[in-house]
Amino acid sequence: MAKLRQCAIYGKGGIGKSTTTQNLVAALAESGKKVMIVGCDPKADSTRLILHSKAQTTVMHLAAEAGSVEDLELEDVLSVGFGGIKCVESGGPEPGVGCAGRGVITAINFLEEEGAYDEDLDFVFYDVLGDVVCGGFAMPIRENKAQEIYIVCSGEMMAMYAANNISKGIVKYANSGGVRLAGLICNSRNTDREDELIMALAARLGTTMIHFVPRDNAVQHAEIRRMTVIEYDAKHKQADEYRQLAKKINDNTNFVIPTPIEMEELEELLMEFGIMEQEDESIIGKTAEELAASA
Amino acid sequence: MQTADKINPCYPLFRDDDYKESLGNKKAQFEEGHDAGKVFETFMWTTTQEYQDLNFKREALTVDPAKACQPLGAVLCASGYHKTLPYVHGSQGCVAYFRTYFNRHFKEPCSCVSDSMTEDAAVFGGQKNMFDGLPNAKALYQPEMIAVSTTCMAEVIGDDLNAFINNSKKEGHIAQDFPIPFAHTPSFVGSHTTGWDNMEEGILRNQTLNEMEGKKVGSNGKLNIVPGFETYLGNYRVVKRMLTEMGVEYTMLSDPSEVFDTPSDGEFRMYAGGTTIAEIKDAPNAYTTLLMQPAQLEKTKKFVENTWNHEVPKLNIPMGIDWTDAFLMKVSEITGKPIPESLEKERGRAMDVLADSHAWLHGKKFALYGDPDFVMGMVKILLECGAEPIHVLSHNANKRWGKAVQKMLDESPFGANCKVYVGNDLWHMRSLCFTNKPDFLIGNSYGKYIQRDTRHKGEAFEVPLIRLGFPLFDRHHLHRQTTMGYEGMIQIVTTLTNAVLEQLDKETIGMGTTDYNFDLVR
Repeated sequence: MAKLRQCAIYGKGGIGKSTTTQNLVAALAESGKKVMIVGCDPKADSTRLILHSKAQTTVMHLAAEAGSVEDLELEDVLSVGFGGIKCVESGGPEPGVGCAGRGVITAINFLEEEGAYDEDLDFVFYDVLGDVVCGGFAMPIRENKAQEIYIVCSGEMMAMYAANNISKGIVKYANSGGVRLAGLICNSRNTDREDELIMALAARLGTTMIHFVPRDNAVQHAEIRRMTVIEYDAKHKQADEYRQLAKKINDNTNFVIPTPIEMEELEELLMEFGIMEQEDESIIGKTAEELAASA
Repeated sequence: MQTADKINPCYPLFRDDDYKESLGNKKAQFEEGHDAGKVFETFMWTTTQEYQDLNFKREALTVDPAKACQPLGAVLCASGYHKTLPYVHGSQGCVAYFRTYFNRHFKEPCSCVSDSMTEDAAVFGGQKNMFDGLPNAKALYQPEMIAVSTTCMAEVIGDDLNAFINNSKKEGHIAQDFPIPFAHTPSFVGSHTTGWDNMEEGILRNQTLNEMEGKKVGSNGKLNIVPGFETYLGNYRVVKRMLTEMGVEYTMLSDPSEVFDTPSDGEFRMYAGGTTIAEIKDAPNAYTTLLMQPAQLEKTKKFVENTWNHEVPKLNIPMGIDWTDAFLMKVSEITGKPIPESLEKERGRAMDVLADSHAWLHGKKFALYGDPDFVMGMVKILLECGAEPIHVLSHNANKRWGKAVQKMLDESPFGANCKVYVGNDLWHMRSLCFTNKPDFLIGNSYGKYIQRDTRHKGEAFEVPLIRLGFPLFDRHHLHRQTTMGYEGMIQIVTTLTNAVLEQLDKETIGMGTTDYNFDLVR
């Protein structure tokens, strides 16, 4: 048996992490790999395309019903979907109350204690909420957990800011443990020269763009049916894109401690690609009236 | 009136007329309470079956928990290691609580530090506190090991102890080779017994995981003993004595029996006794590891089995005759050493004690609560005495424990009328003591409030408390007693029987009315 590889997927909220992860995992499963997805997001939408369900019942939800996590059994929280993929959602509170980060810690501890990481798994993927907002969301990259991190991004300014910020977080953990940045996944938004831009960003961060996933409506068509493209339309060219991504991740050995860049450097990069306008320092803080007077 | 010549404590001082008047005025003018009739009526309602049914439907509230929190256990565990400073990563108040808890139980100082996380640490994470805390603690108190546990604050924000300790070493705040085992001990998970287990596993892991090369099971000819959360100092001593009498060498993995029982000779001992690092490192070479309280040592058991490759025998807590027999026979089987005459004689004495007293205990009804293994051992002893447990409660036990206790009860005619409660609190126990009155209640000091409440209903309803368990704050020196082994059996039977006789004396002391049974010889 090959060693279990644990991967965490991070990236700006709404960038398509969950969709990309599920399509990627479906492609891995299709090629015969045994995979588990652990959703680490209170929204609990990390497994719906695999399970064809609205939202999987989460560990925290079941724990709240049963009284405590100790009263749960592994079978209660683990569902098996397309391609034998094991699915778990950590879950968490409604927006505005409680502590979602602690929910992630509780859920992952529970999975470890109950032996969810069993003998014949090849991959575990953690699909983690938007940004690493607190220590709880860094749980998947603590020692002896995910060693590889993939960041999903696109050629938009905020997505790239987020990718750089996440890299900063990884450096903290990489210095004390074995966690490494394994690559950027570009989930295309059809912006100009997007592939070149992400490759340039990846180079600055010391990593590579592992794959460029083009935008295709097939993803949305499949998603309406709560399916991955791999399952919905296995012959579609978009399915092949995810297969390529899966293969590249399977073969990946390029794991690095990232070299996050300063804000100025990032802005320069964005300006170079025309995403950000050159700033005119002379107009900052001036009212319309003042500008009219000085003109 | 309080005067400087004779200072009175609140009792009897508050019984003086001036205080009675003052307290009465306070009640009448400021407390805005209901009248005494209404209060008593409501009190009486809380003693009914109707109230009990509602009480057991309670979901979101615990009243008078019969358990404490994880880091308390972690501190006790760490205190049992030689020159080891328990270090709690989190806020200061929690640590003050652990210390006073042990102060009040053992009547001894308890040395333990905190890295005082405050508002900013809650926002930015507690790594900086650790960078300062570890070197400060080492410089001030010169420990040879620092054992780190956590409070809920650090757990909620997700502080990663492993990373923080590694970073502290990497950045030179504390020496690379200084031993700093750790355990995550969130207070809102499990109880003090879970925390003990977690810390024990953390210490054993830290000192042996990467040094298993060359370790061979059985090569040092010793036995490892893991006590679990144990606050009867006599239990550490009796286990050691029994093994010594058998000629068996042992390693007690956490032994706080010295540090919580230091002599008053003018010298303060911050550290005393305890298991040394060399002993921990040698522990994988033992024949095997015996768990004194197996229901609460699951994590330690897993580590010992998987990393040390020890076959941990299935034993119960060595309380009562049967389970002490089983313990000694297992020790004999593993080490090949026979059970000596001295222990056979001691067993005979315990049997004699049982024979002398069983008539008084037979058929007496007991309610009982406490930590899972202790309660299990007490049930065993009660059944061996022919006493009848009727309410058995453990707040911090699991369902598996509940089934095991039920099985014991099913196998004895004395267990027929007993019900087992898992995860319930002392407010539940209070209801049970009203609706199905036991002759006695066995538990820690907090049971005295149940005795007071039952007495308030009327003398005939009073359930006297027999103090056995943890914590014991309101009686002195009980923590030095023994509950394990034949010695423990003798002490417990002594305590139970004399409680029965005290009660009988109390009921038959009426001169010329009930004193026909106020006998000199019992």
